[in-house]
Amino acid sequence: MTVRQWHTPLVEMKDIKVAFGGVHAVDGVSIDLYPGEVVALVGGNGAGKSTLIKTLSGAHPADSGEILIEGHPVTISNPIAAKGLGIETIYQTLALADNIDAPGNVFLGREMRTKIGSLDDSAMEAATREVMGRLNPRFRNFKKAVGWLSGGQRQSVAIARAVHFNARVLIMDEPTAALGPAETAQVGSLIRQLKDEGLGIFLISHDIHDVFDLADRISVMLTGKLVGTVQKQEVTKDQVLGMIIMGKLPGEVSQAELADLHG
Amino acid sequence: MTEVVTAPHETVLPPKRTWRSELGALEIDTRLLGMLGALAVIWVGFHILSGGTFLTARNLWNLSVQTAAVAIMASGMVLIIVTRNVDLSVGSMVGVVGMAMALLQAEILPGILGFGHPLIWIITLLAGLLLGTLLGGFQGFIVAYGGVPSFIVTLGGLLVWRGMAWALASGRTIAPMDQTFQLLGGGSRGRIGGPASWAFGVVACLGIVLFLFSERRQRRRFDFPLRPVWAEITLAVIGCVAVLGAISVINSYPMPAALAQQYAAERGIEVPPGGIPLGIAIPVLIALAVALLMTFVATRRRFGRYVFAIGGNPEAAMLGGIKTKRTVMLTFALMGLLVGVGAAVTVARLNAGTSGLGTSTELYVIAAAVIGGTSLAGGLGTISGAVLGALVMQSLISGMVLTGVDAPIQDIVVGIVLVIAVAFDTIFRRRIAR
Repeated sequence: MTVRQWHTPLVEMKDIKVAFGGVHAVDGVSIDLYPGEVVALVGGNGAGKSTLIKTLSGAHPADSGEILIEGHPVTISNPIAAKGLGIETIYQTLALADNIDAPGNVFLGREMRTKIGSLDDSAMEAATREVMGRLNPRFRNFKKAVGWLSGGQRQSVAIARAVHFNARVLIMDEPTAALGPAETAQVGSLIRQLKDEGLGIFLISHDIHDVFDLADRISVMLTGKLVGTVQKQEVTKDQVLGMIIMGKLPGEVSQAELADLHG
Repeated sequence: MTEVVTAPHETVLPPKRTWRSELGALEIDTRLLGMLGALAVIWVGFHILSGGTFLTARNLWNLSVQTAAVAIMASGMVLIIVTRNVDLSVGSMVGVVGMAMALLQAEILPGILGFGHPLIWIITLLAGLLLGTLLGGFQGFIVAYGGVPSFIVTLGGLLVWRGMAWALASGRTIAPMDQTFQLLGGGSRGRIGGPASWAFGVVACLGIVLFLFSERRQRRRFDFPLRPVWAEITLAVIGCVAVLGAISVINSYPMPAALAQQYAAERGIEVPPGGIPLGIAIPVLIALAVALLMTFVATRRRFGRYVFAIGGNPEAAMLGGIKTKRTVMLTFALMGLLVGVGAAVTVARLNAGTSGLGTSTELYVIAAAVIGGTSLAGGLGTISGAVLGALVMQSLISGMVLTGVDAPIQDIVVGIVLVIAVAFDTIFRRRIAR
């Protein structure tokens, strides 16, 4: 990733802190993301990766810290503000209204309207058909409430919502957790495609294989703190596991400790 | 469907048509059809049981008027229930808003403007609508921003508003109402007459055709699959026949003889042999207008879309940037506005304000919405279903009155029907889910 040396980062998060009550869910974490790059954010349950990413997606503002988009400091106080900056999020829960059809979900909160201010359902359906043609050409159920659709189709709707609005930054929270092998592969190829188009992608994942498959860099969190960020080519899976479990960087950990990971 | 195949070289058979695929082409809601079927069974059943008095123009005209107030309020209740809330205070709000309107037009405004002033009815009505909106909005504010469950807030409202309805006039009955205001309740004067009813029917038919036409044009604009032309024509014909049929039934109910004599004498005409038709009652027109407007709001406006999104997945709605609290508060304010309309119709029909006005109306309104397919789990419901639900319930009550069923038994039957309707609906939904 030589590009990074002269580009301004797409996203820079500096010293982000979030506390719930007295608990520091995120405690002074700094990460960054460059165009055309996939940064994986990994860590065990409760490590704080979802909370960190929510400060970027606008779902839960940070208590303190700084976020820069292309070098400019920004305030992201709600999801609309994030979307206005070109930051789109695919949530682990997908955040779909199950009783509404695919176009309704893709445009939720950003509906297209006719001259008299009514919902332009036909225009939204046409736009959804277009973006689906690119993402999942086999998708047909444009009129059905998405609650009736399969896991993969629902995932397609959530992704369509994120990419339709010309996102610059994509946050994917466990995008393959609920998917079968074929659908997982499909999401993987989509991530590569979007990366080639110059998007920056934050990938939150439990699956170390997915991470090694898709990411350029890996940021590891443990109990609200950043353990470190490493280049994928420079580490082994065991070393990353060592970071996740013991909070030790590859240089700090002994072979014996790594062997212990496999118990 | 009979198709005459004239071309002998035709080898490709058209796809086999079944009643199911035909229904599919018409894109008619099968749920709605089921409810219409249930309504038909109730109507025919009571017609037989009552010895032929149910399906008469007179009874159906009365039925339409009796259904109006509940149908108006059920339209608002659908949106409340869709957001996973409930409003138990509707009946008491009818009481306090109705009482306020009664006092205003019978005691306060005549003192200021003079008795029988032409502005009295409109000032009263607007004040009632405003009061309803404020009361509903206030409850909605506590629900949405205070985070208090709507069940509790409106249970409190049920008690508070009822008490206030009594306190407004120390329990007195206020009567009579303003002459013009009374028209809102129907009655023998509150109707639009035969010719205007036919004109209304023709306009409604034009509306149906225009609607189908614009839908089709809209779909063509984006090259979406279109309904077959026969299906479009069938829909238009069914719609127009239903509208004009209903009008002709309504118009075959004449004015009472004495009123007709007076009416004819005023205009210097003879009473025709069939009598002078009353035409559609004004409260029924109001209910139709409300249902149409609310359907538009629920399905074609962003507000309606957000209401359903909140009901389907509140978190998704919030992450989509929807102001969920504001939207929930507005559904309660809208409910209050419709309570204002319902209260006006009720007071006008009764020609009096009493502190007991609207007692247990909330139950009928909620029942109408639920019988009409609104799911208490949220996210599902239609205005047209709720209006039909109101009609089903009123038909049951009216039928039982005609067949001489005692009032306590009527309650028992309505209660059982409510539970059966919801049970049936739940099973039906589970089956299509598979």
